[in-house]
Amino acid sequence: MIMIFGIPGPLLFGQLLLGLINGAFYAMLSLGLAVIFGMLNIINFAHGALFMMGAFVSWILLNYLGIGYFPALILSPLLVGIFGIILEKTIISRLYKLDHLYGLLLTFGLSLVIEGLFRNAYGSSGMPYRIPEMLSGATNLGFMYMPNYRGWVVAAALVVCISTWLIIEKTSLGATLRAATENAPMVQAFGVNVPRLITLTYAGGVALAAFAGVLAAPIYSVNPNMGSNFINTVFAVVVIGGMGSIMGSILTGFGLGVVEGLTKVFYPQASATVVFVVMVIVLLVRPRGLFGKAA
Amino acid sequence: MLLSRRSALTSAAVAATLPLVRPARAQKPKLKIGVLNDQSGPYANTGGATSVVCTKQALEDFGVATKGMDVEVISADHQNKPDLAVSIARQWFDRDGVDMLLDVPTSSVALALQSVVREKNKVFLNSGAASSALTGEQCSPNFVHWTYDTFMLAKSTGGAMVKAGGDSWYFLTADYAFGKQLQGDTSALVKAAGGKVLGAAQYPFPGTTDFSSFLVQAQASGAKVLGLANAGGDTVNSIKQANEFGLNNSMKVAALLMFISDVHALGLDVAHGLNLTESFYWDMNEKTRAFTKRVLPKTPTNYPNMDHAGCYSATLHYLKACADMGIAEAKKDGVATVNRMKAMPVEDDCFGKSKIREDGRNLVTSYLFEVKKPSESKGPWDYYKLVATTPGDEAFRPMADGHCGFIKA
Repeated sequence: MIMIFGIPGPLLFGQLLLGLINGAFYAMLSLGLAVIFGMLNIINFAHGALFMMGAFVSWILLNYLGIGYFPALILSPLLVGIFGIILEKTIISRLYKLDHLYGLLLTFGLSLVIEGLFRNAYGSSGMPYRIPEMLSGATNLGFMYMPNYRGWVVAAALVVCISTWLIIEKTSLGATLRAATENAPMVQAFGVNVPRLITLTYAGGVALAAFAGVLAAPIYSVNPNMGSNFINTVFAVVVIGGMGSIMGSILTGFGLGVVEGLTKVFYPQASATVVFVVMVIVLLVRPRGLFGKAA
Repeated sequence: MLLSRRSALTSAAVAATLPLVRPARAQKPKLKIGVLNDQSGPYANTGGATSVVCTKQALEDFGVATKGMDVEVISADHQNKPDLAVSIARQWFDRDGVDMLLDVPTSSVALALQSVVREKNKVFLNSGAASSALTGEQCSPNFVHWTYDTFMLAKSTGGAMVKAGGDSWYFLTADYAFGKQLQGDTSALVKAAGGKVLGAAQYPFPGTTDFSSFLVQAQASGAKVLGLANAGGDTVNSIKQANEFGLNNSMKVAALLMFISDVHALGLDVAHGLNLTESFYWDMNEKTRAFTKRVLPKTPTNYPNMDHAGCYSATLHYLKACADMGIAEAKKDGVATVNRMKAMPVEDDCFGKSKIREDGRNLVTSYLFEVKKPSESKGPWDYYKLVATTPGDEAFRPMADGHCGFIKA
């Protein structure tokens, strides 16, 4: 057996793969954050709560309406997206002219309220959500026993991440969006409804969080705290990738997943902090983040 | 009589001034119980609001009103942070006149409070925390450990596993006081029974949600048993993911601390077949069912577990002791109150009969359960099958092995 740093090779490959799977969640969540920050200049602290909502909505759909996993994968982001539109229209849109800090405080408050409401209604232990029949079971990869569902998560996350990147960087809609963030009055003068564009962008970012929430539901217990467990790491990912950089957050998300996975093999106690250590180093060396553009 | 709005307002205004002119009367001594636990985090269902409900039920069942006693229950959220808990407790003792501190899950928090309660000479009845150090090296004459501890869990669940042939273990441990103590107590037991501990992964608590890395390491270790030295949502996630990675095909999972709410969160299709230990189950006998029926309307989505039942039982016994020695006396001296509690036999609907040992260990009976298959469960929260019963005087660590400081050898 090949040994790498005193760890059997197959075990290490397994851990790399697991790191990628966790990275998929980081990538999807930080992608939504990056889109919202890039376009709206709002640091959306409510992202974790909306991720949790995505998971809960799929649980509610299943238990009250009998709607299964795959329809929920579309319905839940849609419903949470609509909730996002309401949030943006009624509350968040009032803060665009103020400092970032206000947006951060507001969305942080919102996340506490949303989590509190769910905790009140469903308790803190969580709700069971089964892996869909079609994706249950596991495949023996030789070096590791790979649950099919995890494979599906990586594939779905990759597809969603790449399509988001393509839409924003390569389509005319994306070009309008980017132009609107650069110079809103000018774009408005061309007859584009900029406020509506911004609302839809927020809804889109939120829907990404909800999509990740549905993917996470069968792996983690669906509970009100599931978002806040993720959100700190995800913010670190966005900062390391470069605030507002779409590709940056995707690549950093997967990359940090791997770094964290390897830490779990060599020194598990540090696995929660390693991401922040990387963040400190990156900020010291490249204050704009790995993929951030210079001002 | 018809009452016009104006006259109603006038009489209300007059009534409001009344207490001001009432003659001052001698203050009746009032007992104050402070329930301090996690009300919003990972342990909010295992303790939380249901603990408060059960504490108030004890007041009702004891009949404080008819006995003319004045008792108040207050509560706060310690968020599993020792520093926060210590400052709340100091405020409670110094400003609010709290006499007894109750529940307090999360071992790190309970250990931090031990010295505060001793310094203020109050009473600390702990139901929620697990660490056996609380009646061992960190013991206190102001303290009673009511419901369970890491040693009892290790002996009951761990012992059953070893007996069934699980002689090599790998631990998945929450990296703080509780997890380490539970791993330590279980390792000692496994080794004493001739088994081996092949390794352990200590993960950061709180904030770890993905255990797959550790589970794969556990699988690679070749151990027969995966010992989960964690609790609450962490246990739920690790069992769920162990199932996903097919660990249950190659090794047995021992959930060393698991409450009925965790089983509920997992669902029977994943949880069935697991062995776990509690000292209370709502469907154990007539009396436990009657107790559950009394509290359930006030906590309809969360059935009481042993932590909740412990809050009830501890409060009831505390009230008995206070009534026996007089409230004024009880308020003055925490050690004397605890000594009185130790001298009196404990009996209630939840745990039946037990007694409190000199070092503060309440010797309740411990039960080893197996989680039912979905087909065996007949109603809501019908989850457990009784496998084995360990009487209180055998379930816990012998007093001499605890090295409790205040006991004269």
